[in-house]
Amino acid sequence: MLSIRNLEVSYGDYQVIRGVSMEVYVGEIVALLGPNGAGKSTILNSISGLQSAQAGVIEFDGVHIESMPSHKIVRLRLAHILERRRVFPYLTVYQNLWLGGYNPTVRDERKRNLERVYELFPKLRERETQLAHSMSGGEQQMLALGRGLMADPKLLMVDEPLLGLAPSVARHTIEVLKQINQKGVTILFIEQNVQTAMSLAHRGYVLESGKVVIEGTSSELLNSGEIKRVFLGG
Amino acid sequence: MTREIIIQALISGLLMGFIYALVAAGLSLIFGLMEIVNFAHGEFMMLSMYTTFWLYTLFGLDPLLSIPICIVLLFVIGVVTHYGIIRHILDAPMLVQITATFGLAIFLRSLAQFLWSADYQVIDDPIVSGRIEIWGIYLGLPQVVASAGCLLAFGFLYYFVNRTETGIALQATAQDREAAGLMGIQTNRMFALGWGIGASCVGVAGALISSYYMVFPDVGIIFALLAYVTVAMGGFGSLIGALIAGIAIGLIEAAGAILVSPAFKYGIIFLCYLAVVLLRPKGLFGRF
Ligand SMILES: Nc1ncnc2c1ncn2[C@@H]1O[C@H](COP(=O)(O)OP(=O)(O)OP(=O)(O)O)[C@@H](O)[C@H]1O
Ligand SMILES: [Mg+2]
Repeated sequence: MLSIRNLEVSYGDYQVIRGVSMEVYVGEIVALLGPNGAGKSTILNSISGLQSAQAGVIEFDGVHIESMPSHKIVRLRLAHILERRRVFPYLTVYQNLWLGGYNPTVRDERKRNLERVYELFPKLRERETQLAHSMSGGEQQMLALGRGLMADPKLLMVDEPLLGLAPSVARHTIEVLKQINQKGVTILFIEQNVQTAMSLAHRGYVLESGKVVIEGTSSELLNSGEIKRVFLGG
Repeated sequence: MTREIIIQALISGLLMGFIYALVAAGLSLIFGLMEIVNFAHGEFMMLSMYTTFWLYTLFGLDPLLSIPICIVLLFVIGVVTHYGIIRHILDAPMLVQITATFGLAIFLRSLAQFLWSADYQVIDDPIVSGRIEIWGIYLGLPQVVASAGCLLAFGFLYYFVNRTETGIALQATAQDREAAGLMGIQTNRMFALGWGIGASCVGVAGALISSYYMVFPDVGIIFALLAYVTVAMGGFGSLIGALIAGIAIGLIEAAGAILVSPAFKYGIIFLCYLAVVLLRPKGLFGRF
C-alpha cells in the first residue's frame, strides 16, 4: 500500500533522513520507533507532502506522491495526524470535524463519515459547539483522530498519539486505534515506548539518526538485543 | 458648548468609526492569516478613491456606482500583490516583509503623484449630498451613507468569515497552515483570497468616502495609521476587535476634537492606544 525507497530529506545543509526504505501493507498496523530527533516525524511529513524530499520514491496505492502537495495527497485517502494533535484551536469541535471532510474525494460523504466518527467518539457529539482549545489533551486527541477519519482514509498516519496522555486514556486510545484498524484502515504510527508500541503494532521499524537500524515483527523487536542499545544507548 | 454640538460630534465620530472598522478589518484579516502587516493598505484605499474620482470625472459615474467596480479592482490588486510579492517572502525575515509592503506603499504613492499630480481632487456633485436633520442634529448625508455602507460591508465580511465554509477554511489556515493543508485546503489560494478580501475592504471604504473626502496621493496614510492602531487596540486578527476599536477610535477622535482641540485629536487617539496596549498588550480581543 505504502512503499518508500531510499528517502533522503535535509533541512538546509543538515541531512536528517539518510536513505530510508519502508513498506506498509494493506490492513497492517506498523510502528515507527526511535529516540528523539531520529527523524520519525520528518518521514511522516515527507509522506503527507508537508516536507519535500531531496531524493527517493514514495508510492501510495500505486501513485507516486513524493512531489505532490499535501492538499492533493489527502484526496488519495491518506490522512496524517500531526504530533501534538494540532486541532484548529479557535474553531468548534464540529467545525474541526467538518473541515476534516473538506477534500473533494470525501466531500459528499461528510454526513455519513461524521456519524461514524460520532459513533466512535460519542463525547465529540456532546462537545460539538465547544472551541477545540478549551478541551483536555485526551479530548483533543480524539478530535484529531476524528478529524483525520473524516477523510475516510485507507492509510492513517498518527504521530505520537499517546503523547502526554494519562495511562488510562492512553490505553483507551490504543483500543480505539485497534478498532479503527479492524474496520479496514491501515495504520502507521509513531511511538517512543517500545513496549507500548508493540502492544498495538504488528510490525515495526526502528529509526536511529535518519536510518532504519532494525525492522521486524513485534515479537522480533521485543526480543531484539539491538533495540536496547538504540534506546538505552548501551 | 451645547448638548447638541456634543451629541452631533459623537454621532459623527461613531459614523467615522464604522469606516475605520472596515479599513482595520481588512488589515486584520491579512495579518491574522499570515502574520504580515500590509503597509500598503492605505495606498490601496487611495487607489480606490482615485478610481472613483476618475470614473466620476471621465464618465460621470456616481461614487455609489463605483463601489462594485472598486471591490473587484481592489480584489484583483490584492490577489496580484499576493502572487507577485507576498508569496515569495512568506518565510523571509520580518524586516524583508516590512520593507516589501512598505516599498509597495511608497511606489503606489509616487505613482499616483506622477500620474495624477499631488493636487487635491474633489467629486463636486455626487447623487448623495446635502444634510439630513434628526432631532435637531445635522449630519452630512454622504457621511451617513458611507458609514452605513461600511457597516454593511463589515457585516458581509463577518458572515463570510464565520458562517461560510470558505470562511471557516480561511480561519483554519490562519490558525494552522500545515494542518489546514492536510485537510485538503489549498493554503496558498486562501492567502490570495485573504489579500483579495482585505484589499476589497478598502475598496468599499475608499469608494464611499470619495463622495465627501478629498482625493490626493497621501490620503491613505492617516487611514492606514489609524487602522494599525485599531487593529492593535482591538487585537490582532479579531474582526469584532476591529469593529469595537474602530468605533472607539472614531468616538475618541470626535470627543478629542471638541473637548481638547482638533489639532490634538490624533495625539489623544495614540495616548488611548498606548494606554490599552500597556494594560493589555494583546489588545481588547486579541489571541496573540
Ligand atoms: N523544520 C526544521 N528545520 C530544521 N531542522 C529540523 C526541522 N524539523 C526537524 N528538524 C531536525 O530534524 C531532526 C529530526 O526531527 P524529527 O522531528 O523528524 O524527529 P523525531 O524523530 O520526530 O523526534 P521526536 O521524537 O522528538 O518527535 C531533529 O534533529 C530536528 O532537530
Ligand atoms: Mg516527532
